[in-house]
Amino acid sequence: MTPSAAATSGTSAVSSAETSAIAGFRSRGSALDAGTATVVLLLLGAAIFLLIGCLQSARFATLTIEGIALGSVYGSLALALVLVYRATHVINFAQGELAMFTTYIAYELGLHGLSYWVAFALTLVIAFSLGTVLQVTLIRPVQHRSVIAVVIVTVGLFILIDGVVNWIWGGFFKTMHSPFGYASFDVGGVAIPHAYVGMVIVVFASALLVWALFRFTKLGLGMRAAALRPAAAALVGVRVDTMLAIGWGLAAALGAVAGLMAMADPSQLFLSTTLMQPILVYAFAAAVLGGLESPAGALVGGVLIGVSTTLIIGYVPQITSEMQLPFTFVVLLLILLVKPSGLFGRREVRRV
Amino acid sequence: MTTALLELEDVEARYGPVHVLHGISLAVEEGSVVAVLGPNGAGKTTTLRAVSGTVRRSGNIRFAGRPLNRLGPAAVARLGIAHVPEGRGTFSELTVWENLRLGAYTRRGSIQPELERVFSYFPWLSERRRQPAGTLSGGEQQMLALARAFVLRPRLLLLDEPSLGLAPILVAELFRIVRELNEKEGLTVLVVEQNAHLALQASDSGYVLEAGHVVLAGSSAELQADDAVRRSYLGY
Amino acid sequence: MRSQTSALGSLLVAAAVLCVLPFILSDYHIYLAAEVGIFFIAVLGLNILTGYTGQISIGHGAFMMIGGYTTAVLSRDHHTNLVVTMLLAFAICFVVGLLVGLPALRLSGVYLALVTFALAVSLPQIPLQYSKFLGGSGGVQSSQTVSNLWVYVAAWSCSAILFVVAWLVLRGRVGRAFRAVRDSEIAAVASGVELPVYKTLAFGISAAYAGVAGSLFVLALNGFAQPSEFDVFLSLQILVGAAVAGLGSLWGILIGAAFVGLLPQVSTSVPVIGAQHGRDVIFGAAVILVMLLLPDGFAGLLRKIRRPARA
Repeated sequence: MTPSAAATSGTSAVSSAETSAIAGFRSRGSALDAGTATVVLLLLGAAIFLLIGCLQSARFATLTIEGIALGSVYGSLALALVLVYRATHVINFAQGELAMFTTYIAYELGLHGLSYWVAFALTLVIAFSLGTVLQVTLIRPVQHRSVIAVVIVTVGLFILIDGVVNWIWGGFFKTMHSPFGYASFDVGGVAIPHAYVGMVIVVFASALLVWALFRFTKLGLGMRAAALRPAAAALVGVRVDTMLAIGWGLAAALGAVAGLMAMADPSQLFLSTTLMQPILVYAFAAAVLGGLESPAGALVGGVLIGVSTTLIIGYVPQITSEMQLPFTFVVLLLILLVKPSGLFGRREVRRV
Repeated sequence: MTTALLELEDVEARYGPVHVLHGISLAVEEGSVVAVLGPNGAGKTTTLRAVSGTVRRSGNIRFAGRPLNRLGPAAVARLGIAHVPEGRGTFSELTVWENLRLGAYTRRGSIQPELERVFSYFPWLSERRRQPAGTLSGGEQQMLALARAFVLRPRLLLLDEPSLGLAPILVAELFRIVRELNEKEGLTVLVVEQNAHLALQASDSGYVLEAGHVVLAGSSAELQADDAVRRSYLGY
Repeated sequence: MRSQTSALGSLLVAAAVLCVLPFILSDYHIYLAAEVGIFFIAVLGLNILTGYTGQISIGHGAFMMIGGYTTAVLSRDHHTNLVVTMLLAFAICFVVGLLVGLPALRLSGVYLALVTFALAVSLPQIPLQYSKFLGGSGGVQSSQTVSNLWVYVAAWSCSAILFVVAWLVLRGRVGRAFRAVRDSEIAAVASGVELPVYKTLAFGISAAYAGVAGSLFVLALNGFAQPSEFDVFLSLQILVGAAVAGLGSLWGILIGAAFVGLLPQVSTSVPVIGAQHGRDVIFGAAVILVMLLLPDGFAGLLRKIRRPARA
């Protein structure tokens, strides 16, 4: 590479940026390894700590398992947020409400006699379609404008969905039973509810499916390319707009999983419009903790938030369950101040 | 007289309110290598973008007789036009193999034979296939970009400033490969180059652009002998 | 010169209308007009922050809550003069705004939006925890209550005063600094603007405005401060108001404030969709439509009307 040759021509602005970006990537590559190694070690340490705690105390184990289950719900919604963000660089403030809406749809399908898992599958399909339609009709027209315009549109969507759900289903709480029943496994004296196991399995299975889609299919490759460099992707024939719409569809489906699994929690008997509002905050924290561009980070972040909040609420008397939200807010703030790129994110050069 | 593979007629292009091309016309015969030369800001890159549909353009653009005016980049790619942009357009975060696979995005099913052919021209790429493209050197990335463009044997290759940021040896090698692809595979090439000397050596004919207009056109031999070209672009 | 006289003209017209309104409106409509005034203050404050320094906050409902509770608690415990509580709300929220503005310095666009959203959702939980002092979900009742007319007069007087203050501030060096920050942070730093100072200052000012709005908000609700009144929807309303208003126009802010102050109330009387539920559907749809059609808000629309088709 001859930087001087590149520097002498004005049109080299792009390529010298490119070459320095590549150089940055390479050095970031090694920094990424060191950083990732540290993070993995920390997580391993945390896992060992949790394991020891579980073995020592039944109460600790119960809380940890609860935290993992709830955390996987947060992680699923966080995954949806990350998917949308990676593809379109937009934070969909309505992601939670959309998830809530699709959960109500599942509820309705159940009322019409469909078995739970059939309703589940159908809801995912409906969610996917809804997500793509929303991207095409509402987001596409404004995504090239200011950040504010897109934020406001998602905010408007938030409000609209709330209203529509209230309008269709009315304000009273609905009962929705957990598909996993209310029994528990007995593992060494600790009661592990079937539901918690089910929630974790469903969330991780969905995440795995989405991952496989991205990693092994041509469509997934096209979506990744469209998210990374839309202009270059278009040049190889990728229909970028379609990819973005599909991304939103997948995110909506993942959100539906989050909503349905939130209702699969045995202690959550009633479905109401406020179901996903706190979960959205936890999902934000999880997504940020994982690094807004890392799907794995979102899931891990979700579990971390879930476990840490349940443990802290369980063991620190001053922090009651009412304080879970403010506590998460403080955590979110701290993460953003200390390491904004999260656990797995790449550092943005923005030092002003 | 057969119609050329690519024809531009009175093409204008603009970036927002700024007009860059003021009615250029050029033709690329099938099986030839055509160079586009000119100083910075002349509109060379914009010309390629006009063909691939990545800039707002008006006028007539015909590819094998078919109008391209209303097509966007994805549709143009599907017609068999491969555009290697300035800055290569490779995906640093994806592996070499994934980049190549993207080159064949418009084709369903297996692309093994296509990959074999690409690897025959770029044997070292095969060993690196699992590496992220960003870990390749600048020259290697440029080769990758070329390889990727060639996976589906496009009818027309648009090459934008391939020599930018590359050591001379690599540039020479790159043009050698381009020439080889042209001769062995019948690949038609429209190449934009700052390095007029190399470009004219590797091409059959050329156009010189200045300030959005075509000021000179002819065979490469004619251009190389032309006084104005020699003074401005060949340095003697 | 022409723009100055027309600006003055529009101000006088607005003032005149506001003076006349109480005589022709029913008490309920005076209450609505007061609400618009309250939102005017909050939206103005947010406009300063977002429009001028480009920092997005979805948490200004939290500042309104602090202001509102300040008034309610002081009135309940110390029977403080209500205007004094409003001044205190202004001061307290200014300080809190500065404190929030400090960490906000390190957060760009999206992240700041996320954090302020989280703040808006979490702050209403605090009174539930500290229910002895802050009244829990039952809320805090001030010892004095005022009529809707009182709130109307107070809200619009404050609006006028605070608008003039904002106008003076934005004209001068501070305003230029704010605009420099919005247009390009990097350029602003390069030209010597002390970024942290101005960005934090903007936060403080906008929070103070929201605080005053919060005080009035509580007073309009018969002096009753409750967590449920300060839910995330309130923050969303203020944000939407600022976006609908657009930048740089008094009338824009008025329209924005009217949009968020009146539309939710008006849409409850829409026949098909029904009372409570109608609000959010119409309002949400309206918000989306406005953003799709008028991305620069009403200020942008007014600019286009005044200056037809530029070449």
